[in-house]
Amino acid sequence: MDFEIIVESVPNLLNGAILTIELTVLSIAIGLAFAIPIALMRVSRNPALWMPVYGYIFYFRGTPLLVQIFLIYYGSGQFREEFEAWGLWRFFREPYFCAVLTLTLNTAAYTAEILRGAIRAVPFGEVEAARACGMSRGLLYRRIILPKAFRLALPAYSNEVVFLFQATSLVSIITLLDLTGIARIIVARSFAVYEIYIAAAIIYLIVTYGILHIFHRVEYWLSGHLRERAGMALAATGKGAAPAPGAPAADALAVR
Amino acid sequence: MLDLKGYGWMLWEGVQVTLLVGFCAMALALVMGLVGAWGKLSHSKAGRTAADTYTTVIRGVPELILILIIYYGTPTLLQGLLEDFGYDVIIDLNPFMAGFITIGFIYGAFATEVFRGAFLAIDKGQIEAARAFGMSRTLAFRRILLPQVWRFALPGIGNVWMVLIKATALISVIQLPELLRNADIAARAVRLPFTFYFAASLMYLAITIVSMLALQRAENWANRGIRRA
Repeated sequence: MDFEIIVESVPNLLNGAILTIELTVLSIAIGLAFAIPIALMRVSRNPALWMPVYGYIFYFRGTPLLVQIFLIYYGSGQFREEFEAWGLWRFFREPYFCAVLTLTLNTAAYTAEILRGAIRAVPFGEVEAARACGMSRGLLYRRIILPKAFRLALPAYSNEVVFLFQATSLVSIITLLDLTGIARIIVARSFAVYEIYIAAAIIYLIVTYGILHIFHRVEYWLSGHLRERAGMALAATGKGAAPAPGAPAADALAVR
Repeated sequence: MLDLKGYGWMLWEGVQVTLLVGFCAMALALVMGLVGAWGKLSHSKAGRTAADTYTTVIRGVPELILILIIYYGTPTLLQGLLEDFGYDVIIDLNPFMAGFITIGFIYGAFATEVFRGAFLAIDKGQIEAARAFGMSRTLAFRRILLPQVWRFALPGIGNVWMVLIKATALISVIQLPELLRNADIAARAVRLPFTFYFAASLMYLAITIVSMLALQRAENWANRGIRRA
């Protein structure tokens, strides 16, 4: 094990990690913005709304991300003239743009499916109560269903964020110099294969558990009203901390 | 329909390699999962620590990095070690072996969590009853736990399989002629990248759909003795 080369390459690797995090944040933010309307269309009863969205979600969840990346980055070349005519070629020529586009479309599909499950899981009594109060559909979604659904979706969503973060390593295959891309270049130059890849793996590991930690904090902060009750139950029974109802502790990283 | 310019057979061969890698990797993942769950639920501290480290590390690192470590890193590491002992050999991992071992090893960590949950879902009283009958721990495991664990584990294991078969696409980076790699070669040969990647994506989709149907049947079969509301 050559420790010197690890120490030497850590600054370069961290530089790559910045691109990795940038891609993650961009795709997560845009993907979430798309996922909300998509999830609402998915739960709609109108076939003109849910059917196309169902097809989109099924395609992006049923095919490998790497194939999607190739399809958009290399595949767009087949329609170069059309893209040039529309003035879009300068975007599709860029691996960065294609990477963000693919990651966004991919995470939007997974996130929409998570949100759909969460919307379905909102207790019907709450919906009924809101209707009885005279709320319109829009108000009902905005005040009752969506806030509750976000809360319910949080454990699954934290997994999705972690998976997307790790999936960004695939962009190194289309020549982007993210953490994995930089690691591959250093390996090609120095032949210190496992030292460099293990160093990169450790950086991924630290960020992954950092993301999970942030989500745990957010969950803890959002479940204040449930915690009080759990605390009282704890005092009453004298047993170990029972998980509060409706606040499933995010089991770190189930398969997505 | 998609015009594959006579390269359809190549994609079909790729599908076969993908499925073969997938099955081998899944078999390994199931074994790793059972061993991992046994470690996590064991009374030995070392077993628990080993299993926890395994799942924590594997699930925190991207698959691509793990594939690169195993395919390129292991031979160098072993050669270096053997050199220290005075042996001068060249170790070359076959991409098929490296691919299925890596994928199986990764998804074994996910299977571990599935099996752990499934073992915990089985009524503890059944084990106590089996022990009271004088069954040894292993016999109780084999006769009581193992036959039932499938029922609880099947939905989760099905999920692992669906993600695993898509993850096999990553093995194309180590030049194994699986579906994506063959689509890549064909796409470059006739310069129709969209057509071939799209065709490949439809084949992955077909595998997903067939898996979903098979899984549904398997779940019905596993639950055949259970009365439902």
